[in-house]
Amino acid sequence: MIHIGQYIEAAIEWLTDHFAPFFDVLNIGIGGFISGFQEILFAIPFYITISLFVLLAWFKSGKGTSIFTLLGLLLIYGMGFWKETMETLALVLSSSFIALLLGIPLGIWTANNNRCHKIMRPILDFMQTMPAFVYLIPAVLFFGLGTVPGAFATIIFAMPPVVRLTGLGILQVPKSVTEAARSFGATRRQQLFKVQLPLALPTILTGINQTIMMSLSMVVIAAMISAGGLGEVVLKGITQMKIGLGFEGGIGVVILAIILDRITQGIAQKKK
Amino acid sequence: MKPIIKEKNMSKIEIKSLHLIFGKDKNKALKKLQEGKNKAEILKVTGCTVAVNNANLSIHEGEIFVIMGLSGSGKSTLLRCLNRLIRPTSGEIIINGTDISKVSSKELLEIRRKELSMVFQHFGLLPHRTVLQNIAFGLELQGIQKNEREKTAMDCMQQVGLIGYENQLVSQLSGGMQQRVGLARALANNPEVLLMDEAFSALDPLIRVQMQDELLQLQTKMKKTIIFITHDLSEAIKLGDRIAIMKDGEIVQVGTSEEILTEPANEYVERFVENVDRSKIITASSIMIDKPVVARFKKEGPEVLIRKMRQRNLISLPVVDDKEVLIGEVLLNDLLELRKEGVRSIDTVIQTEVHSVLSDTVVEDILPLMTKTNSPIWVVNEQREFQGVIPLSSLIIEVTGKDKKEINEIIQNAIEL
Repeated sequence: MIHIGQYIEAAIEWLTDHFAPFFDVLNIGIGGFISGFQEILFAIPFYITISLFVLLAWFKSGKGTSIFTLLGLLLIYGMGFWKETMETLALVLSSSFIALLLGIPLGIWTANNNRCHKIMRPILDFMQTMPAFVYLIPAVLFFGLGTVPGAFATIIFAMPPVVRLTGLGILQVPKSVTEAARSFGATRRQQLFKVQLPLALPTILTGINQTIMMSLSMVVIAAMISAGGLGEVVLKGITQMKIGLGFEGGIGVVILAIILDRITQGIAQKKK
Repeated sequence: MKPIIKEKNMSKIEIKSLHLIFGKDKNKALKKLQEGKNKAEILKVTGCTVAVNNANLSIHEGEIFVIMGLSGSGKSTLLRCLNRLIRPTSGEIIINGTDISKVSSKELLEIRRKELSMVFQHFGLLPHRTVLQNIAFGLELQGIQKNEREKTAMDCMQQVGLIGYENQLVSQLSGGMQQRVGLARALANNPEVLLMDEAFSALDPLIRVQMQDELLQLQTKMKKTIIFITHDLSEAIKLGDRIAIMKDGEIVQVGTSEEILTEPANEYVERFVENVDRSKIITASSIMIDKPVVARFKKEGPEVLIRKMRQRNLISLPVVDDKEVLIGEVLLNDLLELRKEGVRSIDTVIQTEVHSVLSDTVVEDILPLMTKTNSPIWVVNEQREFQGVIPLSSLIIEVTGKDKKEINEIIQNAIEL
């Protein structure tokens, strides 16, 4: 019998023992970020938030999406899940934001460095395919219960698509274009910002869309470690065998997912 | 500030024993190469590919220098060594006195920005930008202010005939128009040297010819040093002041198109050029007989000339004055007439209506004269000084591509029939 598990346990324990101050700082930082975001969303009256989303959907995606956004968000409000939805939204957007902050530079690095690409590939496979629940355990050990471990697990789970698609987008830039830029005396930095990133932008935006979608699916799971939001509604439905409640929470998640997907896809389409 | 050198035929770019080897064990491959091993052997032993093998070239200021070869001959790789898009394995590339292969990366950036610009086969334009922004790209990299760089870009657009297209996205343009943008972008930096890598090869044949004409026309004004890569011999001949032919990474021959056609260095070049329409390239000066006998006006009388002509079996002679200027011709029959009458001067029989061509007239343009005259065609320079004579026989040889013996046989057969 090979017990890999005990080594991983030992490693996690060692990390919690020796890096406690580090995790505390992270906990306060990320926690503050998320709760700040939540407070802002709570403070804005629901009709203003709805109008903002409808307008955004109108300009970035079109008439259909904006009608859906209006009706969908009104339905959520009507079902009485507005606060939970805003909690989820804050968690999704802040986790995605951090995932992108780490993921896009990593993607650029993998595209420009073959060794980095070779190292990152199996790590990304691991991050993406490991059952999402598994991340919850170390997250709790590091950060305790609450939104921060939820965000932590979400970031790990949602980061791979944007890393991969940023790398792919940059690798797809035609060689003739980068070569031309070099021949005119572009520095590495100029090549990146004036040629590679603008040409890779549509692909990167697809990656961003994927990351947001995946973090939305993860924050529901994160409700198991009391990250709150719509996931908690669903979880309550499961544990108390309330089918109706479960579906209501689920419908809220679906509506939010469709709105975020259409808007981000709309942005990506327009860049093509 | 570098002194501006305007002297003609001044060497702008010197390439000295340039080698470029792809692969891991370059030094070993280089050593094997110096031992005289060939490309295939080196690939087998070291796993390295020799892309450029001991290239030596001297490119003059203001000329269009064409490097021609089939794909895989190393021509594009050689070009990329000039701005160090590819770093040569060994050798020197001296541009304006600086060895490009040794400059620091900071100096290299400056050289790429100011001295050398490149035009690419597949254009290499930025599809998300407008035509104007693409042309101004090189200036943008140099950090030049928007107003100023767009003003320069507009000037360049005018030069290449792109006015009115400035706000279109390049992806909306046809291939020919895109390459105009590529050319304008290269000109916007006002470089001394233009590197053109198969610049017109991706275009439709008609557009290609049009672009070639426009480039030649631009060049009469710009007088830049242009290095043009192509696999198309007719393009090389049309554009090139001089041509270098490459095969398997080696430069096989360097010369004017005429030199390459008339004196191919080896069988490879010969095979390359055999299908070219020679009558468009070969000029009077290469098929004429240099400085044949002439009749000197006022100095020589019928008696002397008749003897001269009989000795050489000629029926006509060119008449020149004391400055070697061609005045006309005299025919043997007329001279015999004069001798019978006892006239001492040839003045009365000189035919001033003669057929003469300049020494750089191509055979294609000389041919029509053949039908109008039975006497030889005289060759003069721009001051009408006599240069030589084109006997009809050498014209026939040139056009048919058959040698004298074959033609004699054909004539013989014809007579027998």
